[in-house]
Amino acid sequence: MKISLNRLSKHLWEDSGMLVVFVILFIGLSLFVPYFFSWVNMLGLMLSVSMVGMVACTMLFCLASGDFDLSVEAIVAFSGVLVAVLINQTKSIPLGIFLGVFSGALVGLINGTIIAKFKINALIVTLAMMQIVKGLTFIISNGSAVGIYESKFFLLGTGRTLDMPNPIWITALLFVIFGFLLNKTIYGRNTLAIGGNKEASRLSGINVDRIKIIIFTVQGLVSGFAGVVLASRMTSGQPNTSQGFSLDVISACVLGGVSLSGGAGTITGTLVGVLIMGTVQNAMNLMNISSFYQYVVRGLILLVAVLFDQFKQNQLKRS
Amino acid sequence: MGILTIKNVEKNFPGVKALSGISLNLESGKVHALIGENGAGKSTFLKILSGVYEPDTGVVELDGTVLHFKNPQEAIEKGISVIYQELFLVNELSVAENLLLGRLPNTFGFVNGALVRQEAEKLLTMFCEDIDPQASVGSLSISHRQILEIAKALSRNARVIAFDEPTSSLSEREINKLFEIIRDLKAQGKIIIYVSHRIQEIFQICDTVTVFRDGQIVEHFNDIKKTDMDTLVTRMVGRPIRDIYNYETRPQGENILSIHGLIGPGLSEPVNLDIRSGEIVGLFGLIGAGRTELLKLIYGAETVTSGTMKINDVQYPQASPGNSIRRGIVFCPEDRKKEGIIAIRSVKENINLSVRRSFSRWGIINEAKETANAERFITALGIKTPTPNVKIENLSGGNQQKAIIARWISEDVKVLLFDEPTRGIDVGAKSEIYRIILNLAKKGIGVLLVSSDLPEVIGISDRILVMSQGRISAEYPRGKATEEEIMKAALPVEKNVVACN
Repeated sequence: MKISLNRLSKHLWEDSGMLVVFVILFIGLSLFVPYFFSWVNMLGLMLSVSMVGMVACTMLFCLASGDFDLSVEAIVAFSGVLVAVLINQTKSIPLGIFLGVFSGALVGLINGTIIAKFKINALIVTLAMMQIVKGLTFIISNGSAVGIYESKFFLLGTGRTLDMPNPIWITALLFVIFGFLLNKTIYGRNTLAIGGNKEASRLSGINVDRIKIIIFTVQGLVSGFAGVVLASRMTSGQPNTSQGFSLDVISACVLGGVSLSGGAGTITGTLVGVLIMGTVQNAMNLMNISSFYQYVVRGLILLVAVLFDQFKQNQLKRS
Repeated sequence: MGILTIKNVEKNFPGVKALSGISLNLESGKVHALIGENGAGKSTFLKILSGVYEPDTGVVELDGTVLHFKNPQEAIEKGISVIYQELFLVNELSVAENLLLGRLPNTFGFVNGALVRQEAEKLLTMFCEDIDPQASVGSLSISHRQILEIAKALSRNARVIAFDEPTSSLSEREINKLFEIIRDLKAQGKIIIYVSHRIQEIFQICDTVTVFRDGQIVEHFNDIKKTDMDTLVTRMVGRPIRDIYNYETRPQGENILSIHGLIGPGLSEPVNLDIRSGEIVGLFGLIGAGRTELLKLIYGAETVTSGTMKINDVQYPQASPGNSIRRGIVFCPEDRKKEGIIAIRSVKENINLSVRRSFSRWGIINEAKETANAERFITALGIKTPTPNVKIENLSGGNQQKAIIARWISEDVKVLLFDEPTRGIDVGAKSEIYRIILNLAKKGIGVLLVSSDLPEVIGISDRILVMSQGRISAEYPRGKATEEEIMKAALPVEKNVVACN
């Protein structure tokens, strides 16, 4: 009995070390930070990570396939502004949402096609695309926030279902969908295979180019949708929003054990990564720590997490 | 005179006893052979010598001094160099930079390019190979890369040099060259460890022989002349192997694959080729003859310039690997690490990588069928793995190869294209792979097998094709050609001998 308990804890440690860290962190904060463990604060925490959470779902696929996407922050801002402009002009909420999401998917499709077909490094392609889309955002918004006049649209981001804010439900749903895609579909398994060894995957009959294009298109689509939700929450399209958002998303994924060189990553890990980032920030807010210091702390956490993971890997290899 | 002493070394991995009670005395000025099946513990032993692993118990002593390595660098500094089967070179850097990596001649950090080239040329002359020190390593053939790896180790003035399957991708001429170098090192009083699956070879070059099985030493001969091949093979596998090819005649049907006028990169003349159902066609050629290129063109991994290909008399557009697989043509690549395995994924994932398509509905994988398929082939092919969920990189080379074969025979195969299926694999596993190939042929599958192992080509094939300089230079029915004839057909026509020494 004792042995099996030992083995269980060892398994838990090896497979989900970050989950253990998160649980300890969470209990610690609940005990020592006033107001942290309250329903209102929990909702606030989840709401604050919902944007990063949504996009982390697709960034997981992107990183797991061995690629990278820096353009998501620009897409979020672009579709937010686009949906604001379109709703104001057409008075049609569905059309605005559809085109907002569609524009994100289109940017992703262009990213994916250039990366897959012309074999250009994803970092460069998405960096360039980030600039282009950012520029377009400023052009259509004239550089300032675009207020939305159809108040029904705000339900998406500010409404509640079963006493929980809608963005939290959406994020949770996306985690379920992409968890299923990653673990239970050929698409997900092939994504990991490509990240593990692209040439072996190609020779095994996997259409590498097509999967890459799908990954980036879906990434753009979800980012576009996140942008729409954000616009709804803020009741306006904000061209200057989400600076540094791409790196926040990537940090959360890496914190959750997604390999930057591809081939490894889990949906629970990603969720834990997102939650750790959000929890720490939430606790620091409650403790009134200045945002200047918060940057330093978040950077340190990422570094420590990566070092810790490396240490664990070496330990596993040695034992 | 020096001596490398290994005392009672033991090493355990989770669930596996990799080595136990290993004690050996290896004298200088001799070549010591280590043989054993895949997973017998040779690789683990080498990794302990080279500082990759620390032993759980036991010590390694060089001339009576206990050696402790924390990492491979320390082992190299203390005079132990291991040349591995899998090559460790930086593809993007030049030959010269690779040779001198870590100790590039420099002035205040600025690399002295002329001196680098000079040093590299000096190191390369002893190999008498036409290797340009300026070329990037990525552009070199496997055999040249291996030569580079050997040159790199030799340049470190190692006292102990261990070779792990050094000849597995060298041509006859290159092997002779390597043996010359090894004899030279022997005369200089180095301690040389030689791990190989080619048993004929160790009788040519080695002085002592040690047989590993299941992590233990089961036999040691201080004088290799006191034993023979049959004894060693029997001790390695624990049972006598009579004929490793298990060849038997079988009925052959109509042409299953017909290729006409195939032209593409790597081929110098249009290739015509027919394979009948149930037939095993051996394709022999030296490295660079265009064998791999031909297989990749047939498979659709490279783009064909022109030519027609028919399977079961139905013409098919050569479009992509996926297209070929659906028509029943599969390809087992030569470079296992680069093109075969997905190292960080499990054995099960690797086996099901391609076939899961046919288990699934609407793109949703069928976990139960995948598990059953993996388990079926792990048993059928005797893949040694603790569980199907272990990362494939933790398996020995031979077992990785079997998993790749499992990936392909999970499919509904009509034609199997094999590129060096037994490279770097021990006799026992080789024999099993031949049996697998014969059983597939019996079921009516056509096999095209590329190999640079002459006895293998002669032993297993119903028909032998020889490639040289991008064209098919000869064809022989089974039993109608000697090794000499085949080798002659494989040699390049014009400049077949490069003057050296």
